[in-house]
This record gives sequence, structure tokens and C-alpha cells, in this order.
Amino acid sequence: MPTVDQSPASIQVLTDREDQVWTKGSGKQFACDRKSTAGSVTQRACAFCGSRVVLYPIADALHIVHGPIGCAVYNWDIRGAQSSGPQLHRNSFSTDLAEKEVVFGGEKKLQASLLELIRYYRPKAAFVYSTCIVGLIGDDVEAVCKTVSRETGIDVIPVDSPGFKGTKKTGYEAACKAAYRLVGTGDTSGISRYSINLLGEFNIAGEAWLIRRYFEQIGIQVVSTITGDGRVDDLRRCHGASLNLVQCSGSMTHLAQLLERDHQIPSHRVSFFGFEDTARALYAAAEFFGDPEIMRKAQELVRSEIATYAPQLKAYKQRLKGKKAALYVGGAFKAFSLVLALRSLGMQTVLAGTQTGNAEDYEQLKAICDPGTVIVDDSNPLELAKFVLEKDVDLFIGGVKERPIAYKLGVAFCDHNHERKIPLAGFEGMLHFAREVAESALSPVWQFAPRRAMRHHQLSTNGGEA
Amino acid sequence: MNTVHLSPDLRTASGELPEGDVPEIATRNACKLCSPLGAALVFKGIRGCLPFLHGSQGCATYIRRYLISHFREPVDIASSSFTEDDAIFGGARNFAAGVDNVIRQYQPELIGVATTCLSETIGDHMLGMIKTYQDKHAGDGPPLVHVSTPAYTGTHSDGYYATLLAVVRQFAQRTSLRLPHRVNVLPAIMSCEDLRHLRECCEAYGLSATMLPDYNSTLEGGSWDAYHWIPPGGTSLDEIGEMGAACATLEIGHTQAANSQSAAAWLQQTTGVQRLALGWPLGICLADHFFTALSIASGRTMPRRFAEERARLVDAYVDAHKYVAGKTAAVFGEPDLVVAVASFLSEIGIKPVICATGSKQKQWKELIREALASDIGEFTALSGADHAKIATAARELKPDLLIGSSKGYPLARELDIPLVRLGFPIHDRIGSQRLLTVGYRGTLELFDRVVNALLEVKQSTSTSGYSYL
Repeated sequence: MPTVDQSPASIQVLTDREDQVWTKGSGKQFACDRKSTAGSVTQRACAFCGSRVVLYPIADALHIVHGPIGCAVYNWDIRGAQSSGPQLHRNSFSTDLAEKEVVFGGEKKLQASLLELIRYYRPKAAFVYSTCIVGLIGDDVEAVCKTVSRETGIDVIPVDSPGFKGTKKTGYEAACKAAYRLVGTGDTSGISRYSINLLGEFNIAGEAWLIRRYFEQIGIQVVSTITGDGRVDDLRRCHGASLNLVQCSGSMTHLAQLLERDHQIPSHRVSFFGFEDTARALYAAAEFFGDPEIMRKAQELVRSEIATYAPQLKAYKQRLKGKKAALYVGGAFKAFSLVLALRSLGMQTVLAGTQTGNAEDYEQLKAICDPGTVIVDDSNPLELAKFVLEKDVDLFIGGVKERPIAYKLGVAFCDHNHERKIPLAGFEGMLHFAREVAESALSPVWQFAPRRAMRHHQLSTNGGEA
Repeated sequence: MNTVHLSPDLRTASGELPEGDVPEIATRNACKLCSPLGAALVFKGIRGCLPFLHGSQGCATYIRRYLISHFREPVDIASSSFTEDDAIFGGARNFAAGVDNVIRQYQPELIGVATTCLSETIGDHMLGMIKTYQDKHAGDGPPLVHVSTPAYTGTHSDGYYATLLAVVRQFAQRTSLRLPHRVNVLPAIMSCEDLRHLRECCEAYGLSATMLPDYNSTLEGGSWDAYHWIPPGGTSLDEIGEMGAACATLEIGHTQAANSQSAAAWLQQTTGVQRLALGWPLGICLADHFFTALSIASGRTMPRRFAEERARLVDAYVDAHKYVAGKTAAVFGEPDLVVAVASFLSEIGIKPVICATGSKQKQWKELIREALASDIGEFTALSGADHAKIATAARELKPDLLIGSSKGYPLARELDIPLVRLGFPIHDRIGSQRLLTVGYRGTLELFDRVVNALLEVKQSTSTSGYSYL
């Protein structure tokens, strides 16, 4: 068996992907927003996954996956999205289609499943997710939903999310359309004119509660967080808010557009990650309402929070200064925030990439990155490993699928994905983030990992400092 | 009942206890995974193999995430990344492009192709696609092996065994040659440590084992000092090619013994390799079977170290038997694992009042009954079960402990009983790859964990907090 050269330098970027890998200062063209290349081991998931994770946190709705078992079981209780009350969303319900249903159709089983589950769990609404199979065998999910809705008196909403329809992004849009069926059906009385919805905030580890508190503190009412700690009734009345703040722009831009089109609610892209972005988000909302009192309170809040947390960050910064980071996340707006947050800790981003960024996102990302930074769109494990090694990265920020890449290469890791259990949002979250990064990057374990040996292609196993 | 921690399957949307008929039609919190995951596991145990799922990319991504969270290792699985057009016109174009890209990037020694619901339903002609590939690459590309694994038939366990058969059929050469001291080992879905111990046992009898799959190092490797596109380890195609020349096949798993279509059955029928169908060697009885099989295959008596391990195990059983006497357990997981755990429990005096698997297993109850002591009395065997059904049974029968994957945790928390983690997946603890549950040594490890879980309950619920039990 001939041994192949497995050095990082020998990893070739696939021809079809050459313009999705870009180095700042190279002058090359950069492309994104494309279908994944077959065989590329993309880190992206499918349309179904996109829909499922976006609507997942709506806690008093019934979520049922119509299809064979895999799709439902792989996302059972995976999100760190917390609920202050109901836990219904943490179940995995599926029609679990078997061969005979694939042959003869699954409508009957779907209808029977919905009826028994709705009677038993008494949800406020139900979402029915279509998977690949359903898209093929032609079940009339919409008709089943109508029938069940009539019989049970609750909204039963189809989510058009067969996996093959595209990437997560396609699924986000399907989820927004489904959620939008509820919007505008509730009573908006009692909503202040200083009011917002938080879109694309999923309450991972309770982050929505923290952000909500900020706004309430400065006199702005949060009508709904969509979908973190979400409730069906919040969605019904969210059209009563005056402004939409869109955090995870990839997942919720479409819903914001619909709210703007039909209810004239303007939207603003924000991020609550890092001091700078959190402050900017609060000021943007205050500015929108034009009330000097709100602005004063916002400034006061930012001042006092920074006074509380900045000194604690200093200690971390001293120890993390000069370290190099790679990040690969879902949406580009998050990547953008991360670059700034890392910079505030004295760290440099040398590799940044996302699964679903669009051209506008990447322009922004390119603008704030340092020259020489590699930017990748819809990357794969081999590419990520190649650049981690070539750029001599100390820390990788990503999700569970990226973690083993980092660890095998002797690189520290920080989870910034939706499965994490640690709140990283807001001022307080920045401290958690710094601690997370430091606990990994400064761990004594790296002295034993033969990372340097690998990078210099020596056979010695002298542990390099992390 | 601990109302503070009611499992999500026992709360309505407003947080109350549900009333009325318990849902029977929908699957609630499945106790199974889909068959392509089983296929991917087998492919991960072949040297230089890259698993390739022909279907939507979400399948590959989900399965990767699931395996990574359990094994904590890189798991690259390629996909043909179907789009809407491919779903309508067929996936041939994407398949060809995908395979070419995999070869370009990974230079694999084998590409393991498993179909998904999508490609199976549209009826993609896999053999034709593979033939096209072979014609195009006339000898210069890696071989492809294909297994049909639509998620709407069977579970990950079925996908795993189907893939074993597909690989053996394609690569094992038909020969009347016999390689002395060579045995095939076909493990069930086991931990990396289990695979290592099985090999060690074979070697102690002077046998050289071809294990399929052997992901012990591909899914639990060391810290890298060089970059690997595909993690090192696994059984080579050359070894698999020689499986038809082994003296015997040790086939592990009760469900396979009755399967006339298993890989070991095929080897016996086509090349005359003696098939030794064994249960998962957990507990003294089943481990005895395993070591007896090694004696048959090698012509040797049991090495002293195993005799000593067995003696220590018996001694441990005796030392702790009163701590477990009269206790009851609920066991869930893959069908082969559950049968073995039930057998083990019944030999130490714990009654497995609930035995459950997500597989729709024929004769499941009989398999369990045969594994239990004859005086065990009533027990509940659930095949085709989901976690909600297991919970319903457990709320009624109130077992003292649960044994199974981490997905049993919400129930353990609700019932305030320990969960002894075993099987797949374990997503909430470190070291699941290293849990040993084969042989006398593996039995002892599990025994200690079971006894200590019960002792901990005894201790923490006592008013005095004794430090001496």
C-alpha cells in the first residue's frame, strides 16, 4: 500500500470550491451562497435541519417530524434553548414512517398521530415538518393539517422542509413562513410604543432572559423573543411591536421582511456578542425611539455593566494576548462579532468562515479582518485542518463537528454553537467567553500534545506551548 | 413521583400531567437511530475507508454529529448533497461528482456507499452508477462497496449488520484454503475497548483475528503527531479478502444467530468457514460461551489469566450479591446488547423487569426469556419501543435502576433512580468509547458500576450518611 503524502500543504482545495476560499489582500474574487459541492464533506446540514432548529424553542407548540425516524431522532433535545415554562418542545415526535407508508402514503398515519398527540399534550399550535420522503411520495400535508386543525381547534401548520430543497438557509425560510402563519392573529392591546421583538434569539443557556432584562431596564418592552423561550401567543401578537431587532440574521431575515411588508415594522440587524456589539444594539434601539430618557438609561446601563466586567476581562486579556484564532460558525454576522470580541481579548483571527453567509455578510467580515486572514465559505474538515495547521492557530471556535478537528491538532476549542450550555451573550457573556477561551487555551494538557511536532513535520514529540 | 423533574413526555403544553389515552401511533422519543448510521459505523472500521451517503447532505451531517458527540473523534462522512433537481432526475450526476471529489481530497482505499431514504425512494440505480464509475476509473480508483440502507426499514442495528454482509460478500474471496489460527470476529455495535479486548482474547488463544468492523483506533485514536486525512487503523481490504480462508467466524449477537442472511452465514455457505454464533459475551454464562468458542477455534484450553479473571468475577458476585438482591432494572438499547444485559442481571439476582429495544425484533420476547433464569417470573419485553413507552412501563413497575444510553437520563431524573450508562449513544459523559462490557473483565467492570450505583442510592438516602456499608 503506497503511503500518500498527508501533510497539510498537500491538501488541495477542490476545484469547484476555489473561489470560496479567499485570503485578504490576495485580490481574488470570492464566491458564496452556493449549493454545497458533492463529496466535499460540508459542515452544513439540510433544509429540514434549518427549519427544525429555528422553530425548536417554541415551547408550547407540538413539533412533529413527518418522515422516517432518522430526521427526528438526531435533533431530539439537542438545542441548549431554555424555556421558562413548558418543556413540550424537548420531545421528539415522529410519524416514523415504515416502508408500507412510503409505498402507500403517510397521510393517514400523520393525521392519526397529530390527533392523538394534540389530545394528549394540548399544545397551543402544532408544526408539521416534511422530510425528503414526504416531498417525494406526495403526501398532502397541507390538507391533513387543515383537517386536524378543524377537528382540534388549534393551528396545525405545515413546514415545507424536505432536506433536498437546500441547505439550512432554505429551511430557515420555510420556518419563517410557517411561524408567520401565526403572526397577526393575536391581540396587541397593552403594547408600549417603545417596544421591540428580538428575532433570531434562541435563548441558548438563558441568553434571551439576559437581553430582555437589558431592554426592560432601559424602558423598552420586549414583545417577543423569536423563538427563544417562545410561545405561540407571543408570535400571534408580535406584529404589535414597533421595531424588530434581528440577531441571527441568516435564520430570521425572512420573517423580519414579512413583518415589514405587512405590518410596516422596520428591522435592524444587531448582535449581542461582545461589549461593542451589545452596546451598539442597545444604542440603536434607543436611537430609533428617539427618547432621550431611554438613551440616558442605555448609556447608564452600558457604563455600569462595562465597569463591572471590564476589569475581570483584563486578567484574561493579559494571558491570551497574541494568540491566533480560527472560527467557523453558522452565520456570518456571528463571525463578525467574534472577530471583534477576540480582538478585544488581544487575539487575532487568522481564519474565519461560515456555513451560510451571504455576500453582504462577507463584505463586512472581510472589512474587519486583518490582511492575510483566510476566509472560507461552506468549508470542510480537510480545508479547516489545512488552514489551522498552516496558520498555526491556537484556538478554534465552532460547534461539535469542528471540535475534534481542533483537539486532534492540539488546538484549544470554544463551542459557540446552539448546543452549548454556557451563555455567551451580553456583557456578562463576554466574561464567560473569555473564561471559556482561557480555560482551554491555557490548559496544561497541551504540553503533552505533539502539536508542534506535527507542524514542523518532525518525529520528535516535544510538546509545544499552547 | 418527583413532579419537579417530570420528563418532557409527561407534561402538557401548560406543564400539567396529560390525561386520556396515551399516544400509540406516533413515535415519541425514539429508542433507535436510522440504518445509514449503522452503515457508517462499519465503514469507519475499515482501513482507509470513507463513508459516503447517497442522499441529502443533512443525513451525513446529523450522523457525523451524533457519532462525534459519542466517540469524540473526527468523523468525516461524505454526501452526494442532493438538490431538488437530483431528487427529480436522479442522483447519478451528483454521485459521480461526489465520488470524484472524495477521491481527490481523501485518496481513500475504499468508499463505502450507503443509500438513504431519498435515493432509495426515487429508485436510483446504484449498481449502474457504480458500474459507470468502474468503467471510468478502470482500475485506478479505489473500490466502492454499496449497501442499501433506507431509514424506513429497520434501525441502525439492521444497517450495521446489512453492511457487514455487503462488505464480506464483495471482498471475501471464495476459497477452500484454510489459514491456520485465523478467525473472523464479527462484533455487535460495541465500544472501542470492547473491540480491543475481543482481539486480545483471540490472541491469548494463539488466534489472529480479522475483526469486521474494527473502529477501535479510528474512533478512539491518540493525539496526532502527524496529520491524517482518514484516521489510521481499521481492518484492511486484504484482511477482509482472506476472511473466506479463516478457520471459524465468531459472530456476536443473539439476533444474528437466527439470521440465515448474516455475514457469518454467508461465509459458511460459500466458503465453508465454521460459523460460531455467540451472544454478546457479557455475564459469566455468555462469556463462557465465548471462551469455549475460542477453545474450539484454537484447539487450546483456557489460558490461566482468563481462568483467574473468571474466578475473581465469581468472587465479586459473591462479595456483593446481597447489595443487589431483589433489585429490579429497566434495560434498553440495541437488541443484542439488551439480551446480554438481561442475562447478566439475572445471574446476579437483579430482575430486569423491563427489557426494551427500538428494533422491531421477531421473537424478541423469546430471546429475552431464554437469556433469563427460569424462575425470573413476569417481565416486560418491548420491541419496537420508544422512550415514552419505556417511561410508561417504568412509571408503573418502578425499577431500582436503568441501564442504557444517555437518552434514558430524563427518566432516571424523574424517577430519581441511577442510570448506568451503556451502549450508544452516550452524549453526557466522557469515556463512552472505553466502557468495557465483554469477557470476564468487562462483566466485572459493569458489575462494579451496577453495584456501586445501588450502594450510592442506599448511602445517599440513609438518614445517617454511613461511610461504612
